[in-house]
Amino acid sequence: MSFAKLTASSVAIAAVCASAAVAQSRNNVQISGSSTVLPYSSIVAEAFGENTDFPTPVVEGGGSSAGLARFCEGVGENTIDIANASRAIRESEIETCAANGVTDIIEVRFGYDGIVFASQIDGPEFTAFTQEQWYNALAAELPVDGEMVANPNTTWAEVDSSLPDVAINTFIPGTRHGTREVFEENVLLVGCEESGALQAMIDMGMSEDDAEGACISVRTDGVSVDIDGDYTETLARIAANPDGIGVFGLSFYENNTDTLKVATMGGVAPSTETVASGEYPVSRPLFFYIKAAHIGVIPGVKEYAQFFMSDEIAGPGGPLSNYGLVPDPAIAETQAKIEAEETL
Amino acid sequence: MTDATAPLPAARATGRKSSSILELDARTRRRNAAEARFKTYGIIAICLGLFFLVWLLSAIVRNGVPAFTQTFVTLEMELSAEEVAAAEASVVKTSAYRDMIRAELIEQMELNGIETDMTPEVLGQLLSSGEANQLRTWVLENPSSMTEGATVTLPFLAASRVDGYAKGRVTRESLARDSNLSPAHLDLVDQLEEAGIVERRFNLAFITGSDASDARPEQAGIGVAMLGSFFMMLVVLFLSLPIGVAASIYLEEFAPKNRITDFIEVNISNLAAVPSIVFGILGLAIFIQFIGLPQSAPLVGGLVLTLMTLPTIIISTRASLKAVPPSIRDAALGVGASKMQSVFHHVLPLAMPGILTGTIIGLAQALGETAPLLLIGMVGFIASNYPDGVASGFLDPNSAMPAQIYEWAKRADPAFYERAWGGIIILLGFLLTMNIIAIILRRRFERRW
Repeated sequence: MSFAKLTASSVAIAAVCASAAVAQSRNNVQISGSSTVLPYSSIVAEAFGENTDFPTPVVEGGGSSAGLARFCEGVGENTIDIANASRAIRESEIETCAANGVTDIIEVRFGYDGIVFASQIDGPEFTAFTQEQWYNALAAELPVDGEMVANPNTTWAEVDSSLPDVAINTFIPGTRHGTREVFEENVLLVGCEESGALQAMIDMGMSEDDAEGACISVRTDGVSVDIDGDYTETLARIAANPDGIGVFGLSFYENNTDTLKVATMGGVAPSTETVASGEYPVSRPLFFYIKAAHIGVIPGVKEYAQFFMSDEIAGPGGPLSNYGLVPDPAIAETQAKIEAEETL
Repeated sequence: MTDATAPLPAARATGRKSSSILELDARTRRRNAAEARFKTYGIIAICLGLFFLVWLLSAIVRNGVPAFTQTFVTLEMELSAEEVAAAEASVVKTSAYRDMIRAELIEQMELNGIETDMTPEVLGQLLSSGEANQLRTWVLENPSSMTEGATVTLPFLAASRVDGYAKGRVTRESLARDSNLSPAHLDLVDQLEEAGIVERRFNLAFITGSDASDARPEQAGIGVAMLGSFFMMLVVLFLSLPIGVAASIYLEEFAPKNRITDFIEVNISNLAAVPSIVFGILGLAIFIQFIGLPQSAPLVGGLVLTLMTLPTIIISTRASLKAVPPSIRDAALGVGASKMQSVFHHVLPLAMPGILTGTIIGLAQALGETAPLLLIGMVGFIASNYPDGVASGFLDPNSAMPAQIYEWAKRADPAFYERAWGGIIILLGFLLTMNIIAIILRRRFERRW
């Protein structure tokens, strides 16, 4: 057996593959980003592949920030076409994009997602929360008599006597998740304001920015655990801790109603209806961003966006709302925006 | 001579206490007890190991075997050309087909005397949401079936919760708290099963099929990921075997023994112990960001796994080259063969079984590796994209079997969890086969001197 020949031929094969990689033009849409948007995106991708002549788009998770970072790497076949995000694109990200030549970005808001607070179905009676209770349970420091002291609360009953007398044990999304931002702004900050702590801190001489920063800083003494993985990890933690409370997306909860019990927030139970009407306080818009430069270059980019936003898919009663998405009432405007390829 | 040896027994008798070989003294007893203790520890350790092995295997089999069967709803469809034409004209074509299937289901239920007051939409929850595409694909492939009055019998996948009921994962109590299906549905399922419309049977699509979205776990299969793994293993085999063998032959037979070769040897051994995630980072930096190969491609996965497998192959190849006795080399050189001829005509053939065993073990290791694949983006959702050919198999985004299992294990729907276990059974099957081949090769061809 001639190993020289074998080696030479395999090197040749590798070289051919490498050159083919550069020469080959991509014909499928590539999408990456938020793990909250991933299930919606993959449901649409699947239906898109079934209903059109385009190949099924490739969807990856990884988080909003990671997805937008890849999106902003530049223009070309080796970059992704669409980034999913569970928050709006930041000004700094638009700048990075522009620096790399990604100047035309189409923003599509396709619906809303509620953020729910759920515990084991047979666990303690966590049925009603307010933002104030969450703030008092999770803040790193609380203002007491004109001074900031480390959060003394260890059980829910200490926070509010109407809550069960069990240790505080929460599982909240880690900082790389878009959900965390919504949690900080719609729960902790609101709770901080409602309890008067924000005002107390400003009265103590803190600037408003510092006070708001203090409002959303979460205690690090192990009472609250940051989950950097997905909701499955949170679910596993809840399953192991009868007293634990986790922060989930509404759609994840709706697919696991047999193991999870949801609590109301500020007296409103989370559901597609209450989120759509804006009654339920903790919700956020979901987005995807299209690289306009890829429309017409990579086949199917615009068609995918149009298909995604068609009434039958993203509208009420479609597969996305069945999975837990709260449809956007302004869907017609978004459709027109994609049609006109209106960029940011 | 005899004088010199004679006093010895006497000296012994005075120097030591006399002992009997029939009766054990305290020291011997202690030593025997220590040996018995050690044996017991060993047996306990083996029993513990076996216990965990049996536990693990039985857990895998118990959780994974149900993934190989699936519940089907068999319907006799009457298709008309007008209906199909109307469906093809709409934007979301599959929803028109869905209505056809629901109408048929209601008709079949009436024929069998099953009554319900559910609306077609609610009743449709019994079926997988992939059923409409299944019908459409079939219709487009068989346009001749749409003659007037002709019927076709098609098995449609049942929804994952109906399937879970058949497998005992879903109960009426759990459904009472579930928004996707109601206990009333299960009553219908029982009746439909009696009528022979609903049936649970072996599902080949789990092995050959492609992954599916979160909305339809019942449709997900590991087939595409298996192809991804296959193409990756091709890359690993065709790169790591020649490079690994060439490197070890040079190091073992030709390289001068000096500090530089020592340094290389130490580093190869070190490389074998490097955590695989490090190779993933390297792959991301070099192959994707620097060379610009496509993300998530089996080619890149294969290249990364080649790096990981190379040390294993080099070490095992060198060991088997070392095991060939020097007399073989000397004999070859003695009859006038060149160094190269002695290696390729005599040493290498004798070392071949060992090299192949090492390669297969290395490949098996690479087949089960997940960590580096996470970094190069092989954990992506891949729907129905079977590769269209060899080039596309290497270059189009794909998953790999362990990555697919990881992907399923983290999805929201519990039905995916079962599929993750099923995927583990398939993966273990491959690993077992490869290891058995390695053992057979070694047993049959290895020579000992």
